[in-house]
Amino acid sequence: MNLSDLTALSIAELQPFLRRREISPREVLEALQARIAETEPRIDAYLSIDFDDALKQAERADVNLPLGGVPIAIKDIISVAGQPCTCASKILRNYRALYDATVIRKLRAAGAIPFGKTNMDEFAMGASTENSSVKLTRNPWDTSRVPGGSSGGSAAAVAAGAAFGALGTDTGGSIRQPAAFSGVVGMKPSYGRVSRFGLVAFASSLDQAGPLTKTVRDAALLMNAIAGPDPQDSTCLNETVPDYTADLGRDLRGIRLGLPKEYVIEGIDPQVRAAVDRAAAHFNSLGAEIIDVSLPHTEYAIASYYMIASAEASANLARFDGVRYGHRAENPQNLFDHYSRTRAEGFGPEVKRRIILGTYVLSSGYYEAYYARAQKVRTLIRRDFAEVFARVDALISPTSPVPAFPLGERSSDPLQMYLADIFTNAANLAGICGISLPCGFAKTEKARLPIGLQLLGKALDERRIFQIAHAYEQSTDWHKQRPPICGETSNVQRPTSNIQL
Amino acid sequence: MSETAELDVAHVAKLARLHLTEEETKLFQAQLGRVLEYAEKLRKLDTSAVEDAAHAVPIFDVFREDEPRTWLSAEEALSNAPRQANGLFVVPKVVE
Repeated sequence: MNLSDLTALSIAELQPFLRRREISPREVLEALQARIAETEPRIDAYLSIDFDDALKQAERADVNLPLGGVPIAIKDIISVAGQPCTCASKILRNYRALYDATVIRKLRAAGAIPFGKTNMDEFAMGASTENSSVKLTRNPWDTSRVPGGSSGGSAAAVAAGAAFGALGTDTGGSIRQPAAFSGVVGMKPSYGRVSRFGLVAFASSLDQAGPLTKTVRDAALLMNAIAGPDPQDSTCLNETVPDYTADLGRDLRGIRLGLPKEYVIEGIDPQVRAAVDRAAAHFNSLGAEIIDVSLPHTEYAIASYYMIASAEASANLARFDGVRYGHRAENPQNLFDHYSRTRAEGFGPEVKRRIILGTYVLSSGYYEAYYARAQKVRTLIRRDFAEVFARVDALISPTSPVPAFPLGERSSDPLQMYLADIFTNAANLAGICGISLPCGFAKTEKARLPIGLQLLGKALDERRIFQIAHAYEQSTDWHKQRPPICGETSNVQRPTSNIQL
Repeated sequence: MSETAELDVAHVAKLARLHLTEEETKLFQAQLGRVLEYAEKLRKLDTSAVEDAAHAVPIFDVFREDEPRTWLSAEEALSNAPRQANGLFVVPKVVE
């Protein structure tokens, strides 16, 4: 096959070529390198790439392993031994990870090749990747718009064919929302399903790492590799990992899907709403039953989320003190000055805002009013989900109320940016799993912007969510659409010879 | 109950060991004032009979065997230090 077509393939489509030794892992990497050279000047998805190291990995890759010889991009908040891990922050500009995160160790054990680190909102705080201290990443569907965030680099790279798959992290929507904005699949696993060891901590009770991929099957393949217990993360659940691909292809008869009435809000873009309504009708035609449900505490989720996430962030970021690693201010007057200026010089505006907010809600006199109250509301939100999941297998909603917005449009108004997480925050508070997959396009004057459909499932029910998402994906062709950055034609004919899907 | 008007960004910045310029202080005061105003809705909910959820998945007492194993060498642990000497982190003098 033509090597330049390679990068349009999904992981599952690429693997037969690797396993039949029609192409080598080295050739795959070289094709990817050429593709990245083309796309990177236009989307800026990567913060660092180490092809030399990747080629060494490719030489010893065992293509018969579950992800043998498949290059994977990694959000720059996940430790890859010997590589930078900057969190897109000045405070970690010169930091290199000394060990592999558990998810990286597991990816390597499955034969995958981590080769590059992707751009993100600084310390994963943001919904547009505009909070990166390094550069803006652009949406491959319309380069005047954001790719979403915080895992915006990972999403843009996958969408542009500049990665076969990527890892991101999701604290309040940071995998699902950029997946929606960039037209790819993104899965946030249940809390505790995937180890957090080696992730730079943002909000420890909410953070989860997960895959961003071109297809649902690819996301399931990556989850097979990264999920599972880890003695180095006490919050990682000691539960066996099912084969997440096992139910792909099963039909939806008997599946019950809930439409939360609270998710029909003012401010949803009409094209987003229409696309999700069509998706619901489509599920119905596939045999699923659609049921109206209620999550009565939805309107409190964002407030609860930002209190809890900021509180945990302020505690986690206390470790950046200029002593053991990271930036250090010059010529301190005293210890207080050393800490205060080190942190002032190292952190960007959004991170500073959240440290202030988090410190405030944890401080004496305000703890009960904000933090403790937010945790009680968290209990109510968990109960809402527990009640509806007694009646339905999954919930469907838009991933984001709007498609990708223009660069700069929301960056000056933090509250507006926080409200963009309205459909995604609650899943993190409740610890349940969720996926975003393409379900249509919003048309603007000059571009088509992907719309994301979110499916939420109960804790540890990823296998069911993959089954439902796959059934939808395979009976639509949204996932086959390629952004204009992938060439003149927006619907690339993929090579199909002898591919077992 | 406290009021959001009580948010004193300059004071909190000291608690957080985070130097802010006057401009930043003013900007954050206004922006976070709005965020806290939005968060007021949490107080309107009756939560008197509700327990806190510190975690999404309550799991307790997770132990692993306390076994020695190889981890980073001193040299590796120091490799990201802003300053180091003689196998130690060098820090500003903090006692007179």
